[in-house]
Amino acid sequence: MTLRDYAIRYGFILLLFGLVAYFAIAADGFVSPQSAVFIFQSVAITGVLALGVTATLVVGGFDLSIGSVATSAMMAAAYVMVVLEQNALVAVIVCLLIGAVVGLINGWLIVYMRVPDLLATLGMMFLLVGLQRIPTEGRSIATGMTMPDGSVANGKFSDAFLALGRHRFDFFIPNLIPVSVVVLLVLAALIWFFLEYTRFGRMMYAVGSNERAAELAGAPVKAYKIWAYIISGVFASIGGILLAARLGRGDIASGNNLLLDAVAAALIGYAVLGAAKPNAFGTAVGALFVGILLQGLTMMNAPYYTQDFVKGVVLVVALVFTFALSGRGRN
Amino acid sequence: MGNDAVFRVDGLRKSFGHIEVLGGVSLELHAGEVTVLMGANGAGKSTLVKIISGVYERGGGTMSLAGPDFAHKAFAPNTPAEAIRAGVVTVHQNINDGVVADLDVATNLTLDRLSGRGAPFLFNPGRVRREAKAVADRMGLVIDLKARISDLSLADRQMVAIARAMAHQPKVLILDEPTSSLSSAEADRLFALLDRLREQGVAILYISHRMSDIRRLADRIVSMRDGVISGVFDQKPLDYEGAVNAMLGRKIHLDRIVARNSAKAVLTVDGLRIAEGARPFSLTLGDGEVVAVTGLVGVGKTALAETLFGVRRPLAGTMTMNGRPYAPETAGEAIAAGVFLVAKDRATSGIVGDFNIERNVSLPFLKRTSRLGVLRRRIERATARRQIRELGIVCRSEKDEMAALSGGNQQKVMVARWMSQAAKLFILDEPFQGVDISARRDIAAKLRASANGRATLLFVTELDEALETADRILVMSEQTIVGEHRNADIDLERLLAEVAGGPLHSAA
Repeated sequence: MTLRDYAIRYGFILLLFGLVAYFAIAADGFVSPQSAVFIFQSVAITGVLALGVTATLVVGGFDLSIGSVATSAMMAAAYVMVVLEQNALVAVIVCLLIGAVVGLINGWLIVYMRVPDLLATLGMMFLLVGLQRIPTEGRSIATGMTMPDGSVANGKFSDAFLALGRHRFDFFIPNLIPVSVVVLLVLAALIWFFLEYTRFGRMMYAVGSNERAAELAGAPVKAYKIWAYIISGVFASIGGILLAARLGRGDIASGNNLLLDAVAAALIGYAVLGAAKPNAFGTAVGALFVGILLQGLTMMNAPYYTQDFVKGVVLVVALVFTFALSGRGRN
Repeated sequence: MGNDAVFRVDGLRKSFGHIEVLGGVSLELHAGEVTVLMGANGAGKSTLVKIISGVYERGGGTMSLAGPDFAHKAFAPNTPAEAIRAGVVTVHQNINDGVVADLDVATNLTLDRLSGRGAPFLFNPGRVRREAKAVADRMGLVIDLKARISDLSLADRQMVAIARAMAHQPKVLILDEPTSSLSSAEADRLFALLDRLREQGVAILYISHRMSDIRRLADRIVSMRDGVISGVFDQKPLDYEGAVNAMLGRKIHLDRIVARNSAKAVLTVDGLRIAEGARPFSLTLGDGEVVAVTGLVGVGKTALAETLFGVRRPLAGTMTMNGRPYAPETAGEAIAAGVFLVAKDRATSGIVGDFNIERNVSLPFLKRTSRLGVLRRRIERATARRQIRELGIVCRSEKDEMAALSGGNQQKVMVARWMSQAAKLFILDEPFQGVDISARRDIAAKLRASANGRATLLFVTELDEALETADRILVMSEQTIVGEHRNADIDLERLLAEVAGGPLHSAA
């Protein structure tokens, strides 16, 4: 292996360690369990979304609707519990169904209606952003709110549901690890195993690399593509559940950054270990990278409005790693 | 018909890396004459056309073009635009390369002027339409100038592309397989247009495999093989079989094959029709037999391969596998029934570029390489190693990327993929395309050595390849099977006549 190969393979991981080392010295209190947990928590929701969008990237597609699926799921969870006065289980099931159905429709639009993936999911994004406002006429959902017909919504977020966002497990230190972090780690492990070690994941990579070859090898290409969008939709709705549980209300204004952060994480993942292709491990590292960077900058009192700029720089650098240095973007 | 050469190519050479594609090609084109250029895949036709049209730089040799005073001047275009300005215009095979689909006919016909130097800054639709009408009238083209290209039939698009090319009033027009996506009625319109151009004194170089086109148009035939001109035919009546023979060549020692007969039928095909208007045909493939189907490009070889593999539906007819009805709807069903296909053009329909050798080999058989959906990587690796050994694939390990392999070794991986499990019917469509001679020998030997227990069906354009590998040779022409030969004491004259699609001649 040449120096260049090493740079491509380990460059990003080294950068990550370098970053941690720098913040450890420069920012007080950066190296502590609490700080680590905070970073994980800050990236949990975008990380879950990013893992979902990774599945669509694997089959050579893209899903721009994930952010709006997440916020729609959040609004639906609030609506189900606050207005319809149902329990946590019903809310979770409704959210997951929304994710699956949206994914199915996305897949159907792309595979059977031949709408290009970016446009189909962009359209779906607009549709959902609008749809989630209709039941409450554009208002956020919270206990005691007044409904359009003048009645008052008396339901409330159940404790079991809120626990998804607020409960912390003991891990050496009491009340350390939030549920959302556990969910992220479990989903990351699941999707990683699925993509790397099952024949379905392998076929999805084949579809993404050479669709015709996959088809001539007997793969039901259309079904694989649709499943990828269903996975993406369901993961996004899980992100939405976590968001609702953290906020405790259906906040119409939240979740604006979800799409960009998740896509950035997944694309940064291309550069990790020189994979030059979408992969679950890379996506998780990508999400973590962004989280560490932002947490470190915050602790060093960098102003909040520089965050998006820094994220953008990291993304562009990662894409250069992937496409220019490894030379695989040309294939 | 003029006899002076308008365009002359002399000793043209071109190499890509170490591979010589053109080894000194000399060619003349005459005004008011259609010269047909024939050659199998890889003969160097496209390279020749690309050098003439200014896409590639030539490696050696000269080209010259007659001026208005009939004096020849050197012709050495560095870009396609220069070639066009000098009067040599090419209509490429892909029709959509010649037109802009989202614009209307009038804009397309005047596109080069609109984008050329000295074009007015403002777009004047009235003037564009007037100019376009003049271009169309000169060509005798009757077409709605306001129609969008994307709403036109392929034939109309082709006409527009040619009319657009002719707007430059070239001396030389090169057409690269212009009828490959046209129906016969559409092709007739094209021929009428070409007749008109011929009368106007344009020198036309027409590249085609379709014998019906060639019989209809050719004043002269030039055959190419392995980067050199292998025959020029200009005596009337034209010797079509001679031209096919010169293009396909035959220099193989036929003693290497001992043709086998098969006792047990594996696949029986009855009354199969693979294209509208084609004659139905039947065939039987036996256990242990290697059968080659040969014929020119575009006669339905790939269509037949895809029909057997479930990717394409037959228009009529039945298929029987080992006594049971066989009618696969998808490639997956065909594979489940034990019918495997090494598809034509491995780069687009075989190789998964992101996968290494091991993963390319296991691709179709992941179900058999996994338990409860979880891949069994040890089995996968062992299979890949075994196949690398069996086919003699030259690589460092089973983890090598496909891009690191030579063309021959890539093709061996494709064959290894489909030989990693036992087939009942093993189909290979142009398995020797872009494969060096030693890899070709290896693959052919492997196919013959492992032939027992299955039927093997090869589709090859090159006659040599059929003669080298098969027990039996079937000839296709016009989407049907027109001849059958046992590969022993073959009557090559008859075989070539069948390939050329003409009436049978007993003597040459």
